[in-house]
Amino acid sequence: MEVLYITIGVSIVVALVFFFAFIRSVKSGQYDDTYTPSVRMLFDDELVNGKKKDEKESNSNQNQSKITNN
Amino acid sequence: MEKEQFYYDNKIVKMFLWATILWGIVGMLVGLTVALLFIYPGLLEFAGSNNAISWLSFGRLRPLHTNAVIFAFVGNGIFLGVYYSTQRLLKARMFNDVLSRINFWGWQAIIVAAAITLPLGYTSSKEYAELEWPIDIAVVVVWVVFGINLIGTILKRRQRHIYVAIWFYIATFVTIAVLYIFNNLEMPVSAFKSYSVYSGVQDALIQWWYGHNAVAFFLTTPILGLMYYFVPKVANRPIYSYRLSIIHFWTLIFLYIWAGPHHLLYTALPEWAQNLGTVFSVMLIFPSWGGMINGLLTLRGAWDKVREDPVLKFFVVAITAYGMSTFEGPMLSFKSVNAIGHYTDWIVGHVHIGALGWNGFMIAGIVYWLAEKLWKTPLYSKKLANAHFWLGTIGILFYAIPLYIAGFTQAFMWKQFNPDGTLVYGNFLETVTSVMPMYAMRAIGGTLYLIGFILLAINIIKTARAGSPVEDELAEAAPLKKISGQRIAGEGWHTWLERRTVLFTILTTVAILIGGLVEIVPVMLVKSNVPTITSIKPYTPLELEGRDIYIREGCNNCHSQMIRPFRSEVERYGEYSKAGEFIYDFPFLWGSKRTGPDVHRIGGKYNDNWHFNHMLDPRSTSPGSIMPRYSWLIKNDMNASNLESKMKALATLGVPYTDEEIAGAKQALLTQAKEVENNLRQDPEYVKNYGSSNIQNKEIVALIAYLQRLGTDIKANAPTALKNK
Repeated sequence: MEVLYITIGVSIVVALVFFFAFIRSVKSGQYDDTYTPSVRMLFDDELVNGKKKDEKESNSNQNQSKITNN
Repeated sequence: MEKEQFYYDNKIVKMFLWATILWGIVGMLVGLTVALLFIYPGLLEFAGSNNAISWLSFGRLRPLHTNAVIFAFVGNGIFLGVYYSTQRLLKARMFNDVLSRINFWGWQAIIVAAAITLPLGYTSSKEYAELEWPIDIAVVVVWVVFGINLIGTILKRRQRHIYVAIWFYIATFVTIAVLYIFNNLEMPVSAFKSYSVYSGVQDALIQWWYGHNAVAFFLTTPILGLMYYFVPKVANRPIYSYRLSIIHFWTLIFLYIWAGPHHLLYTALPEWAQNLGTVFSVMLIFPSWGGMINGLLTLRGAWDKVREDPVLKFFVVAITAYGMSTFEGPMLSFKSVNAIGHYTDWIVGHVHIGALGWNGFMIAGIVYWLAEKLWKTPLYSKKLANAHFWLGTIGILFYAIPLYIAGFTQAFMWKQFNPDGTLVYGNFLETVTSVMPMYAMRAIGGTLYLIGFILLAINIIKTARAGSPVEDELAEAAPLKKISGQRIAGEGWHTWLERRTVLFTILTTVAILIGGLVEIVPVMLVKSNVPTITSIKPYTPLELEGRDIYIREGCNNCHSQMIRPFRSEVERYGEYSKAGEFIYDFPFLWGSKRTGPDVHRIGGKYNDNWHFNHMLDPRSTSPGSIMPRYSWLIKNDMNASNLESKMKALATLGVPYTDEEIAGAKQALLTQAKEVENNLRQDPEYVKNYGSSNIQNKEIVALIAYLQRLGTDIKANAPTALKNK
């Protein structure tokens, strides 16, 4: 049953990856506030004003790449 | 900080939406077809009963159904929800439009490839991992593209906090990638034939480690992520407890990966591994029900909306179904319950509560809600959506309840003894014919569900026509400050490093997993293939070809090869299965369902003529049988052109085929085939009908040779006490 070393080994590695992610997310303040995020997600994706700031920027992809370069 | 403007990519969301609907109909249609095959085994024999069509047989269509529903329907549904919600939650367009398109078209190409190869019989036989190796590689590549796109978006997000849904998406990506690769490590023989690098018990463990997590990390975690986004959105209420959602997420992912062995209770898997699976499976009820409660209580004070809004109706039933199936799961992991449920139709009912209820209804709700968002118009018809809801709900009940009844009926009939210690239902067929009404009701349930889903398709098409598409949706948000707070210097460098590290880690992990393990794993496993039962010998060339035909026809979809150590099973099938008997089984063929009887000890039970007649027309030897006719096996010439390379591949994996054996394989195959033909000629009836035809090079001969070999090795020099049994 050598394959158990693989399944258990990989499971532990995956668990450690998640454990590391967990510790890091706690330390970086992800869970300092456990209320606001639940409300924020309700409001924030609607189109604001429905107008573009810069009318010249008609191509969305250009706009997108400009933002990425910031 | 000043707000930036950017665009959400709605086009990709729409593409996935249409794909979800299309593959949903296809997958369910195939499902309904296989359900009807239970009642009318000859349904698809369009060319007459003596010309059964191989690619329309149950054993080949059933994997097509499961793959279509899991990976095509739910898969596209996941991408649909993830591509929509990720952008909004992170306040960023998807990382790269090209990657999004590769993700979409690559996934559709894989689905088409699966839809072609599975009916043609190109299968690895491992459940939900049936696709052959070239398609496996494509799956991994497209999945990694998805992962890069997801993580890239996270890295360029404008919202520092990562909402819980995103965490579920991340876990889905990471875990599915790892498990899929490990379970699909194969030794290729030709373009569409390979052997699993693991054998027997080991292969079974890897398969169900993967198999259960396909359920966990493909059908559960991403859908939970979608639940945490869409339920609050639709109800316009925050999630009941965000804190609970965090606990839900972390406990769920830490527990899930250990649950796989509960699929192998009472098998030849070591006892402690079985118990480990049980313990973790039972613990899983806590995060699962935490999640269910969190989802349902989000509607507190908003239950009146459920009356009005079909989307919320779908969600409520979906979350309830999630609760039901995650209650059933831990229960079925108790060995005493598993002894009843395993191999029966209960399990089919159980997974369909999850698939139809949880996955199907979550996706339906999301599709309806997104249609309004994506086309900026009210839904074409709420009434139609309500009709879909009721048809679907009643369909689920009609599907699941009869199968629960069927499952218990089967289990109790299999196990029932007369006072003198003989089986009451010694003939397995009685247990099949007694549940036929349940199979009929299941088909009705499936039909209702499918009709409901077609109403969805109509509704969405009408909505899309009425509305105006917004391909790129404008949004604005302030960019993140580049400093993470704890770091002082080199922000730009840090961002660069972070991006690099993550991408680099993904790519190297995948490279290591594929490249390194293909080398390491077989070497490691070969050592374990030393027989512990001395009488166990490798398959002969003819039997090997027969076994590959068994795999091609998907016999393992209905027949197990694993006799559990119960008195009822030993009485019915013979000595219980030992781990040592499967060391040359690349891949393992234990199966998970007994629509027909177990075949592990079928060898020698009937004569060759019985098998010949049974394959040609199962109802001639077993009246009332619902097995398909395999008339093509008598017509098709055996294709043994790959025989040597098959044996070489297996020798590499540890099967002790000598060079002489491999060189003389074709001759040995012919000799044994002639023996089978001679056996067949013992029957005057056979000589009358087939006496003139040259049967020795037909596929049927190989299959008969394999079946006659099954489970016989152990009897060869068994202690006399065992022989007398």
